Amino acid sequence: MLGLTKQDSKLMLIVIGLVVFAPFILNPFPEGSAMAQFNAGYPDLMQRFVIFGIFAIGFNLLFGLTGYLSFGHAAFLGVGSYAAIWSLKLITLNVLPGIVFAIIVAGAFSFVVGYVSLRRSGIYFSILTLAFAQMSYALAYSVLTPITGGETGLQIKNTDNPLIGGPTDGSIGRANLFGAEMGNSFELNIGSWLFTFNLGYYIAAAFMLVAFYLSIRIFRSPFGIMLRAVKSNQQRMNYTGLTPKRYTLSAFVISGMFAGLAGGLMVAMDTQVGPERMFWTASGEVVIMTILGGAGTLLGPVLGAGFIKYMENIVSKINKDILHEWFAFMPDGLEDAMVAFVYPFIGKGWHLTLGIMFMLVVIFLPGGLVEGGQRIAAKFRRTKNAETPDGASKPAE
Amino acid sequence: MALLSVKGVNKRFGGLQALGDVNLDVAENTCHAIIGPNGAGKSTLLNVLVGKLIPDSGSVVFDGQSVLGRKPHEINQMGISRVFQTPEIFADLSVMENMLIPCFAKRDGAFRMHAIESVRHESDMIEKAEAMLDEVKMLDKREMTASSMSRGDKRRLEMAMCLVQEPRLLLLDEPTAGMARADTENTIELLKTIRKERGVTMAIIEHDMNVVFSLAERITVLAQGTPLVEDTPDNIKGHPKVREAYLGEAQV
Amino acid sequence: MDQIIVQILNGLDKGSAYALIALGLTLIFGTLGVVNFAHGALFMLGSFCAVILSRLLSSSHEVADPDRLDFLGNPAMNKVFYVQDIFGEAAGAAIMDWAVPLAILFSIPVMIGVGFIMERGLIKHFYKRPHADQILVTFGLAIVLQEIIKYFFGANPIQTPAPEAFKGSLDFGVFLGYEANAIMYPYWRLVYFFFSAVIIAAVFAFLQFTTFGMVVRAGMADRETVGLLGIDIDKRFTFMFGLAAAVAGVAGVMYAPIVAPNYHMGMDFLVLSFVVVVVGGMGSLPGAVAAGFLLGILESFASMPVVVDILPGINQIIIYLVAIVILLTRPRGLMGRKGVMED
Repeated sequence: MLGLTKQDSKLMLIVIGLVVFAPFILNPFPEGSAMAQFNAGYPDLMQRFVIFGIFAIGFNLLFGLTGYLSFGHAAFLGVGSYAAIWSLKLITLNVLPGIVFAIIVAGAFSFVVGYVSLRRSGIYFSILTLAFAQMSYALAYSVLTPITGGETGLQIKNTDNPLIGGPTDGSIGRANLFGAEMGNSFELNIGSWLFTFNLGYYIAAAFMLVAFYLSIRIFRSPFGIMLRAVKSNQQRMNYTGLTPKRYTLSAFVISGMFAGLAGGLMVAMDTQVGPERMFWTASGEVVIMTILGGAGTLLGPVLGAGFIKYMENIVSKINKDILHEWFAFMPDGLEDAMVAFVYPFIGKGWHLTLGIMFMLVVIFLPGGLVEGGQRIAAKFRRTKNAETPDGASKPAE
Repeated sequence: MALLSVKGVNKRFGGLQALGDVNLDVAENTCHAIIGPNGAGKSTLLNVLVGKLIPDSGSVVFDGQSVLGRKPHEINQMGISRVFQTPEIFADLSVMENMLIPCFAKRDGAFRMHAIESVRHESDMIEKAEAMLDEVKMLDKREMTASSMSRGDKRRLEMAMCLVQEPRLLLLDEPTAGMARADTENTIELLKTIRKERGVTMAIIEHDMNVVFSLAERITVLAQGTPLVEDTPDNIKGHPKVREAYLGEAQV
Repeated sequence: MDQIIVQILNGLDKGSAYALIALGLTLIFGTLGVVNFAHGALFMLGSFCAVILSRLLSSSHEVADPDRLDFLGNPAMNKVFYVQDIFGEAAGAAIMDWAVPLAILFSIPVMIGVGFIMERGLIKHFYKRPHADQILVTFGLAIVLQEIIKYFFGANPIQTPAPEAFKGSLDFGVFLGYEANAIMYPYWRLVYFFFSAVIIAAVFAFLQFTTFGMVVRAGMADRETVGLLGIDIDKRFTFMFGLAAAVAGVAGVMYAPIVAPNYHMGMDFLVLSFVVVVVGGMGSLPGAVAAGFLLGILESFASMPVVVDILPGINQIIIYLVAIVILLTRPRGLMGRKGVMED
């Protein structure tokens, strides 16, 4: 399919299926039930899943393949966001040009940052990218206020007057795609289940599928081999007549453009942006997503992004009362002990769980959750039919 | 005309004269060995040839074009490949991928954004890589990760990676250093076959006289950064100056 | 002129903190070859040592006061501090007042312990792994440590005052012939500066004049050879990790009155400290110290109204700007050694 191997096509189809049917898959619990709080199938969160998925896919093209650890990728996302919002404010409320601008501007910015930062490698590269990102954040926060709106950031206002097709009645314009507003949703009631199909989500999801497809193609291309060669041995590359720096810079710019796309989509969904989007913790987040999911694997970054956003938005809302409900079947003393034991790790403490998981992955599972899943699957397969030799355990993905 | 011609090359490191007025011609289709005691400047000379070091003065001309001031990857694209003392390969990649990289480099030059094409569809390149692997008898290892192979196999792979580029000149930096006897013999055999069947021009730096005399057609003896003599192996064997350089060192 | 002196003084205390953290980072990097992203968390733990001790010292119990009755007619309860029970009223009050300096004594064993556990339990296994892995695992550890602190102490900063004796400011200008109140400098910042100078001097003296220090310095230069001499360099390196942790810890303790401890202060300092280390040159102790003070002072100069008027926003980015320029022009930083981290 589309020039992919059978195995890759299967992966692509699975991802397409998951993304298209996400409103069902993420809403397995009926409305009003005790478990309904674990439903993640609402538009805002689903949009975040796919947008951060794009961000992580792009980051993985740089880090997963070349091994260059950028600690400043949020800057490209932020720059993309600013570009997109200006397009919405000045040119048209149609999101498509905004997204294109976001990609172009982020690509240009990442070219500049990458060109300078790639003159060093190792930790120096990480620090340089961090320095650029922090500078962008500080400038967006202060001096560049006329462009960035400073601390309050930028939103679409009723005073905005885009060149093409702004609202004429003085209302606040809404982002749309050829007239269809991002916020449009179709709701489906089946029994006590409620499923929401949101246009914005499906637009972002379509971009994510394209990003995912591109990432498969890049992984399987000669260019992808070159990027892995950069990670493996730059000296040999040089003496084989190749320029590792240009390959790395290309990867850097491509991943910057993915980040810009994610930033543009964010603006398309909620039409606002603030400088905190570029703070270094945001860069740290995409590092964690990618590695937790599995750096250098295809599916890992998407899984990592989904996992973290699920924890951030769902697991973080679990409070002590809910825990008491869960453990209510236990005798009182044990119940309290269980709650006291579990509570630090979920609810507001979800960062702790994340930190611990992240450390465990770095220590034991260089391939992240994807590798963990593969190992479990392999073990399962082995115990299931112990007599057949395990020949089909191909690593990666 | 010589394929590689080094004229009057000087290189100082601080107070140390690493290379003093080196002249050297490597003729097309020969195996030229450069020998000499430790610190004679062999490695410095090699690094000048591949663009890692820039000499203070002199000229290095390869096939009518100066290599001075060019970067290593440009010099490789001119047709000079280098085998390192410890094999430099892409350890995390499979043997096949290791082979494909030089194939692409040869076809596409120093950089090309072939990001959407699939490697699977590069059948020409794959055939070329397979033929080369077959030649060094490693075809059965094509899916292995390079780092998991023995040292001897890594050396073979590195040579195959250099040869698949069909270099005009193959530079070998002590290809048998630190090898067991059997591996050394195998490597000599491999090099002999390559030399005979492909007719590739070789310049080899080597300590092991056994290797040198089984391979070389010309030998240059380097001592203290300066060439002492250049002659055929038979003449070098009995040459008084060479004995002096080596034995003199041995006596110290 | 007085403005310039004010800025230098202002830069000193921040510079001192940068220098102390950077010193610890460099000790760890130079000896163990590990890039420790959890070092800021150690600084933060130090700050919380001060918080913990001052809470411990001000723990109290209630005693019924027979002379006073509350509005229900019951005897009113008086708060009595345990330290005052033990040491008497005046001495007890003084001990509570001096909680922050006393926390130094408390923090040193704690931080050395934390350092030992970290090195033996985690870092040890990462000596041979790529720097990227080291950065990532210590980054994860930093998150874990700060979340633990957040769980116990909450997300809000906790005011931890300096002893009464050091409250208020020194009229520094008077010494230089300026009129009164021209240059005011809080006493505690002065204390912090002298304190960090003493710590830095002590670390250097320790490395310079003790056999232990000599071996460690040799190990920093060439680890393998020292190992070949039959010296158990690993044990000494473990100790160095403890020492670096203690330096970060006491730096944090003494900083508590300047910036109220909060769980993410470590990360805030870490980012800048890494920039400091890189500017100073990875692996160079004098470089780390010099760059720490240099950048602290530069930052405070850049915040001068005159400067900000000309170059708006420069105060926000000066450190990063300097870092970028230095990294591009002097790849090894101000005083870096050749071959460090140039893979």
